[in-house]
Amino acid sequence: MLPALFPLKAFLQPLAQNPWTYLVFGLIGFGFGFVLEISGFGNSKKLAAQFYFKDLTVLKVMFGAIITAMVLIFLSSAIGILDFNLVYVPETHLWPGLLGGVIMGVGFIVGGFCPGTALVSASTFKVDGIVFSLGAAVGVWAFGETVQPIWNWWNNSGYYGRLTLMDVFHLPTGVVVLLVVLMALFMFWGGEKLEARFGKRDLSKEPKRRYLGGVALILVALIVIALGQPTIAQKWSQVEAEKMPLLEQRAVQIHPGELLASLGNDTLDVIMLDVRSESDFNLFHIHGAVNLPLQNILSVVPTLLTQAQTTSSSVVVLMSNDESAATEAWKVLAAEAVPNIYILEGGINNWIKVFGKQEAGIRPLAAGVSDDQLRYTFESALGDRYPAADPLPYEWVLEYTPKIKLQNQRGVSGGGCG
Amino acid sequence: MTTVAPVNEPPVRARKGLFNRPEKPYIHPYLGGALLGLVMFLAFLITRNGLGASGGLNRYVAALEDLIVPGHVNQTPYLLKLAGGNLNPLDDWSVPVVTGALLGGFVAGFLNGRLKVQINKGPNISNRTRLIMAFVGGVIFAYGARMARGCTSGQALSGGATLSAGSWALMMCIFAGAYALAYFLRKFWN
Repeated sequence: MLPALFPLKAFLQPLAQNPWTYLVFGLIGFGFGFVLEISGFGNSKKLAAQFYFKDLTVLKVMFGAIITAMVLIFLSSAIGILDFNLVYVPETHLWPGLLGGVIMGVGFIVGGFCPGTALVSASTFKVDGIVFSLGAAVGVWAFGETVQPIWNWWNNSGYYGRLTLMDVFHLPTGVVVLLVVLMALFMFWGGEKLEARFGKRDLSKEPKRRYLGGVALILVALIVIALGQPTIAQKWSQVEAEKMPLLEQRAVQIHPGELLASLGNDTLDVIMLDVRSESDFNLFHIHGAVNLPLQNILSVVPTLLTQAQTTSSSVVVLMSNDESAATEAWKVLAAEAVPNIYILEGGINNWIKVFGKQEAGIRPLAAGVSDDQLRYTFESALGDRYPAADPLPYEWVLEYTPKIKLQNQRGVSGGGCG
Repeated sequence: MTTVAPVNEPPVRARKGLFNRPEKPYIHPYLGGALLGLVMFLAFLITRNGLGASGGLNRYVAALEDLIVPGHVNQTPYLLKLAGGNLNPLDDWSVPVVTGALLGGFVAGFLNGRLKVQINKGPNISNRTRLIMAFVGGVIFAYGARMARGCTSGQALSGGATLSAGSWALMMCIFAGAYALAYFLRKFWN
């Protein structure tokens, strides 16, 4: 496994901290605009011809770009140089996406452009491109002004967060990559047939090298299947040197007092994951904690990755009876690149020690309890209905060293929506 | 290379390219796709973000709104996230990408002799009709793009390459919407 060098660390932080990052995005944009122009995307007639089967340049460039980028992204992930969990995957807002998509299609055939191509067209002085761009500016303004009545629908309907085709079809990444490549090649083949029929194009003049390109794409997809995506153990080995010291120096084990204060802090979104067994959880747990036994910890990763790419105020606090299971869970989440993860210091036992002194129904056990087991007996399984499970932040003045430091993360969703 | 669609009519308002550079043909679409894919891959690899157009445009509009009516932004939840309080709507990755794209398009147009003031349109409609349609199409497209949280670049291309389920569904809808209406608008384009 090669070291996970990408994405570069500087791009996880706000851009203003490293002003050169703006330049990198500028260069990417330059390449984007340049390639669109030389592909003919500045010409609305060429774009509209797609929808009359005369010239399928739009289909070829779009899907050519998608599959080229896709095989390279997942090859980089397979050999370990790119952490795919840090790559921004647009969240799935199914219904607004579908309706918005249809509206975009209508705008496409009426106006002859999409926003990117219109800007490129405008930059080469095409008047229709300039006018479309002005219309687009009015369109984004109009949406911002009229979204209020549909705010709930727009944010919540069909919301699945960071959802990939691998999650939907329960297929390995490489298999999905191969299927998408095959689908695209099939569409190219069909597209050429349509062009020959409706656009009177002479296919014999098409370069033979395009078959080589198709074979190369299939080969890379097969390599991605053969390599597979990195396992948790491999991902942990990549970050161990960086993360292990945090555990050893106890930089991520937070005092119960700090957890309580954070729960009362409106600017933080604290997610408490209780990784003990269900029976221990039922006996006693902190109010608001979610039970997720250690062996199931992976199931929460997509949700946490969604949180990580949509908000920068999420803090995950892991807890077990002592610290062993919580530490294991911490390592898994660290390997999966979940940011802002902490462990409740001393676990639930320590929490009860601090907040449960006057609890009549909870009594300490005599010595001889093994590690990460409950050190208390409970009169009944009240869960979070013990007063100690939900202490009032202002009633407790505790001394501790605050350790939670939100990673100052860059907003990656771009449009600033969602 | 034969990538240009059969042309039924000469460009209506074509003038000589700036600096009289000879006009060159477009590159082959598969080559264009591979190059665009390479740009997008590098974007994801280095920065974790892909490509985008409507997001950056949105931020320019928000900046303009903030300039003209500053109080308004703080009362509109949608704009609040972009430009509320001390937020600078232009401090986002999508803004240099859009700016760079304008520059890249310009340079490519210059190098290939395609910097021409002209209106591309079907042979059977007037310039005026074409421009009205371009404006209306722009309004409609961008409205849909913000509803879908991204356009052909931010959703179809970038979400497509990262295998986002929602982006793939949305991409199909873009094509569906356009094909569904294409027949009724055939006089405008052919």
